[in-house]
Amino acid sequence: MKILDCPLNGPRNITEFQYLGPLRQEEAEDAGSLVARVFFPPNPAGVLVEWWRHTTSNTVFLAERDTLTDEVLRTWLPDRKSHEEFPA
Amino acid sequence: MPLSLLKYGLRRDYVPHGDIPPTPDLKKSYDVVIVGGGGHGLAAAYYLSHVHGITDVAILEKGYLAGGNTARNTTTVRSNYMTEQSVAFYKEGVSLFETMSHDLGFNVMFSQRGQLTLAHSDATMRSFRLRAEMGKHMGTRIEVVDAKAVQEICPHVNMDFGGQHEVLGGLWHEDGGTARHDAVAWGYAKRAAEKGVEIHQRTEVQGFRKSGDRVTHVITDRGEIAAGQVLQAVGGLNGQVAELAGFRLPIRSFPLQAMVTQPLKPFLDVLLSSANMHTYLVQSSRGEVVIGGGSDPYQLVSTRSTFDQKEALAAGAVHLVPFLHNVKLLRQWAGITDMTPDYSPIMGESPLRNYWLDCGWGTWGFKATPVAGKRMAETIATGRVPEILKPFALSRFEHFALVNEMGATAASH
Repeated sequence: MKILDCPLNGPRNITEFQYLGPLRQEEAEDAGSLVARVFFPPNPAGVLVEWWRHTTSNTVFLAERDTLTDEVLRTWLPDRKSHEEFPA
Repeated sequence: MPLSLLKYGLRRDYVPHGDIPPTPDLKKSYDVVIVGGGGHGLAAAYYLSHVHGITDVAILEKGYLAGGNTARNTTTVRSNYMTEQSVAFYKEGVSLFETMSHDLGFNVMFSQRGQLTLAHSDATMRSFRLRAEMGKHMGTRIEVVDAKAVQEICPHVNMDFGGQHEVLGGLWHEDGGTARHDAVAWGYAKRAAEKGVEIHQRTEVQGFRKSGDRVTHVITDRGEIAAGQVLQAVGGLNGQVAELAGFRLPIRSFPLQAMVTQPLKPFLDVLLSSANMHTYLVQSSRGEVVIGGGSDPYQLVSTRSTFDQKEALAAGAVHLVPFLHNVKLLRQWAGITDMTPDYSPIMGESPLRNYWLDCGWGTWGFKATPVAGKRMAETIATGRVPEILKPFALSRFEHFALVNEMGATAASH
């Protein structure tokens, strides 16, 4: 079983987590970038920043993972004040 | 045919022959360059050379012929989709499979044995009625059947009466079938090569040279070639190759895992599938039970396999057909699927004028091998996208005109 390191609860089985998809750079409120935001998510063959949720504790956090090796590089709780890490 | 076969068999100077010639040297230029030597690219080359008289074609394949998703899919051929556009398109695909062995003079072992999809909930039954009505309207063989009919069609199914996954009914699609995936690719490759199409295996595309909104050259690890037109059909790497060409596709990559059991006596004479259990079974002509298809729950471009997916697929298979519980697994594998937001492919125009797309085939590409090849060849030869492909244009995302087929797939996503 793959282990994911929850920033709040520590290492847990991956089945305890829900994948919420890649972190998107485009603004949903901006009509010009709406299509890109909704339909064109990042899909790198390499490092991807993405949202995860630990379901039982409802902890939503960010992870950096290499999609070529399936290696989780780091996980962290987003800073709600930081626009860069928590876009609308 | 039988007489020539007899003579061939009795000949003393029997010389074995290869179906396709060895990889030739790259020429400086080609009328059409097809990126990707899988089923779709080979089928397009076949139709270009046989129907449209375009034979100055090079197929560039990074690995070996049909070694990507063409080799990894679970070979379901069907047209029981949800929307009118999809049923029209996939119906043409099924009809091309029906005559493929004859058309190619190559046995693709198409077995039109029918596909039975099980419903374990009322919600699934409702979606089946919708699909059946659309299928009948479009002239395909499809009907909703009750639990008793399910037992008649497939006596081995665990009906689970009174249980958690009771079979309420099914969607019986008589047009459904299966074919030998390698044979499909090799049949197209052989016939295309006979007309002069060059198949370049172990030739990786590393980039494109552009002039304005046209591609002029394809850069490969064996040198640079000029190209009149380019077709991109690279399966799991479609997102990455499009970026080499300078634009983005609405694609996310997920591995899809499948497996086969040891060979058993023939017992399963339909394609059996369950939307709720996210599992489908088909018995191959060798007797192996092919079990598919579980997508990993997160984006990945690695074809590693996981025990979790095997466990989930095995649980579904054993639930549907309990006597499989002691059967051993023989092989398991994964392929990278290029998933689109609406579970429909992207075909036709790209942002570049002479660069055509046959992408976004996710978990549903094999059945479309002949029709995608035929229609993409028509697109390249005439420079116009035929009506049947227009709903699948890349531009549909800008207009929010999606072709939603999420409910018409049995693979888990």
